[in-house]
Amino acid sequence: MRRHIPLIVLTIAALLPFAGFSTYVMHILILVFIWTTIGMAWNLLGGYCGQVSFGHAAYFGVGAYTAGILYAKLGMSPWWGIPFSIVIVGIFALILGFIVLRLRGPFFALATLASGEVMRITAENLVGFTGGSLGIMVQERTWVGKLWYYYIILLIASATYFLVKKLIESKLGYYFVAIREDQDAAESLGINTTFYKTIALCLSGTITGIAGAFYTNYMGYIDPNVVFALHDISIIAIMIVMVGGVATYLGPFVGAIIMVVLAEFIRSLPGLGTAYQTLFGILLIVIVIYLPNGIVGDFPKLSRVLSRMVRTSR
Amino acid sequence: MFFGGLAAISDVSFEIKKGKILGLIGPNGAGKTTLFNVVNGFYKPTRGEVLLNHEKISGRRPHEICRLGIARTFQVVKPLQRMSVLDNVIASAFLRVKGRAQAEELALETIAFTGLLDDRDLISRGLPLGKRKKLEIARALATRPELLLLDESFAGLNPRELDESIEIIKKIKERGITIMIIEHHMKVIMSISDRIVVLNYGEKIAEGTPLEIADNPLVVEAYLGEEKGA
Amino acid sequence: MVKLEVFLQTLIQGFLMGGLYALIGLGMTLIMGVMKIINLAHGELMMVAMYVAYWMFVLFHIDPYLSVFIATPLLFFLGIAIQKFLINPVLKVDSILPENQVILTVGVGMVLANLATIFFTSDYRSTPVGYATKAWYLSDYWKTSPIELSLSVPWTVSFVFAVFITTALWFFLAKTDTGKSIRATAQDPDAALLMGVNVKLMRVVTFGIGSGLVGAAGCLFIPIYYLYPALGGQFTLIAFVITILGGLGSTVGAIIGGLILGVFESLTSTYVGMGWAPVGRFVIFVACLIFLPGGVASLLRKKRFGR
Repeated sequence: MRRHIPLIVLTIAALLPFAGFSTYVMHILILVFIWTTIGMAWNLLGGYCGQVSFGHAAYFGVGAYTAGILYAKLGMSPWWGIPFSIVIVGIFALILGFIVLRLRGPFFALATLASGEVMRITAENLVGFTGGSLGIMVQERTWVGKLWYYYIILLIASATYFLVKKLIESKLGYYFVAIREDQDAAESLGINTTFYKTIALCLSGTITGIAGAFYTNYMGYIDPNVVFALHDISIIAIMIVMVGGVATYLGPFVGAIIMVVLAEFIRSLPGLGTAYQTLFGILLIVIVIYLPNGIVGDFPKLSRVLSRMVRTSR
Repeated sequence: MFFGGLAAISDVSFEIKKGKILGLIGPNGAGKTTLFNVVNGFYKPTRGEVLLNHEKISGRRPHEICRLGIARTFQVVKPLQRMSVLDNVIASAFLRVKGRAQAEELALETIAFTGLLDDRDLISRGLPLGKRKKLEIARALATRPELLLLDESFAGLNPRELDESIEIIKKIKERGITIMIIEHHMKVIMSISDRIVVLNYGEKIAEGTPLEIADNPLVVEAYLGEEKGA
Repeated sequence: MVKLEVFLQTLIQGFLMGGLYALIGLGMTLIMGVMKIINLAHGELMMVAMYVAYWMFVLFHIDPYLSVFIATPLLFFLGIAIQKFLINPVLKVDSILPENQVILTVGVGMVLANLATIFFTSDYRSTPVGYATKAWYLSDYWKTSPIELSLSVPWTVSFVFAVFITTALWFFLAKTDTGKSIRATAQDPDAALLMGVNVKLMRVVTFGIGSGLVGAAGCLFIPIYYLYPALGGQFTLIAFVITILGGLGSTVGAIIGGLILGVFESLTSTYVGMGWAPVGRFVIFVACLIFLPGGVASLLRKKRFGR
């Protein structure tokens, strides 16, 4: 039964548009799947391979700008950004990985944080190339309704899911986890840790870049402070995986649902809107201390706590 | 091998003959684990080289050296904590075989060889010390090494576990694998080694058969004040 | 002549800035050296101190330099509270992701910055003290000087305070028992424990001191700078660069690192342009992590051992 959960989820997701939801709900669903993709990608590098990146916005932004610049400078349809970003973000990830993967643990985290911010500032300053702080606006909207956007991102997210699953079940998965658990032991067992960490990073970055390219097409407007954002992209990516379930297949999906819904809910409350970062910060602190492996990851622990609460309240 | 201004090992040279067991002993801090780290590739020797089958391997990375046939265990055991015993060994089996099914097969065979078959689904971080040490050996064996470096695999074991481990070492030797073993347990090392090298303060102070070493006054002096093991 | 003047002025500016930067970095290098904790909310703590100084000024007309004596203890206790109630629990937690503690401090920083935005709005604030624009001019003292150099009063006073505090800290660490206990804990917590040092207490105290230091730095900064809630991020980064540049746990390293960074930034802002300053910081940061992970301190250590 459990094995069929992903397929059931996918079927339900595919049929959702026929339930006649409003454009607002469809927008939320699209956001959920964008974040699911980013979360699964981050999980590959962070949850499975143990390299905690604080700068995934860098890949997202490069992907977004690939689409944006193809449109703004070369007059191409921004949808070309998706295939092009595979190459461009891939190369970018390779170069960045070459620099930062030689650092371990917290220093890797800091260096990735730095890279996200460097990309943001670079995008702001290279006005001729990226339009600077004014960003890039895609004038023509491919579809008026949300339906096709939804199916495209659903496709991207499901493809990511199956790719990650396949990888983790293979030799690569064992190697990633070995590196996470004990890099020196892994190295001694014949695992080329640099090579495999690079693979993890490039895959993770490229998938995130694809999500970025999609974002440009869907939202129609990007600027450095949105797509290279530390708190709104990099940190949220981490939170999604932490809340949902570190090193689990469906964890990022669960996390994306929770975070997107939570964000919208907070934004809709009058007066509480500006406080959403405080609330997210508190959520982050609570999760880190009490449920660090996420809902799916710490499920046994969570169900124990919940059942205890139910019992005492009777 | 220099660290900063300090020589951890200096002028240590020796040979290991294929299929034999070489014991490496010496008081704490003599540089034994450092030597392993140099052979294994974690440190690059400041001076000198390491040759495997007459081919220079020093300066290469540990995973390459493992691929060439040297596997090691760690003094402070390093299980892949959240993985089961079986998964730990599967991970290392992938070096030599392709495909998960074959890796699992090789892993099961190795686990059976080291007597951990019943524990194969247990999560490695929950294992008692004796089993963790066996896991270290199993993992190293799954890489089908020519030379196995064992770092204090007998430390902290109870008598029954000791006997089991000695049996495993003998079986490994029967398979034709060369072994270099660091150990403080004198009785063990004297009984299984073909030759012994003694280090003190980073230098080789003696080399020879167990009998020669036991009679060597320099060795006795180096250990004066230290317990001679069980 | 103008070129020389610009160059010298840039150097002076960088040096003064560097002294203040060093103070910011000192707090972090202590925390990282003793506790091996990465505090990404370091800049936010400084921001809190700056708001304290601001309101002291606006409500009670207390000069920011006097607020040093108010904000420092306040931040000291805030630091201890964070350490005791948030960081300690996190360190005990078992999680798959290795960098939980870093993530925690990100959360703390977010909360602090956002709370400031809620209570104080994101308006830019400053403390316009009487001497804010005053300066000492070289030509006032050397009538026939070919070039004109100036030392801005608030910059210089802040610098002097920073030197004072740094010296006091050095004295504390080198000469007092508590200070030595802290250094022992940084070098080898197990050995320190065996020698009777209350390692747990030292860790807590160090976090407090580190926070207090950055609080003092904040008060010294507000006469020169303007204040807004999102200020923290760049100062956290500055603290990191200095910590890595100087070498984890090294007071001398932090001082040298701060001065180097200050001069570097001053030079780039004069000759390259202001927008790229953060990029410069990052580049130094990553370059240091890769090429000189022990920082300046490791260079000094090598010199001492002659290798």
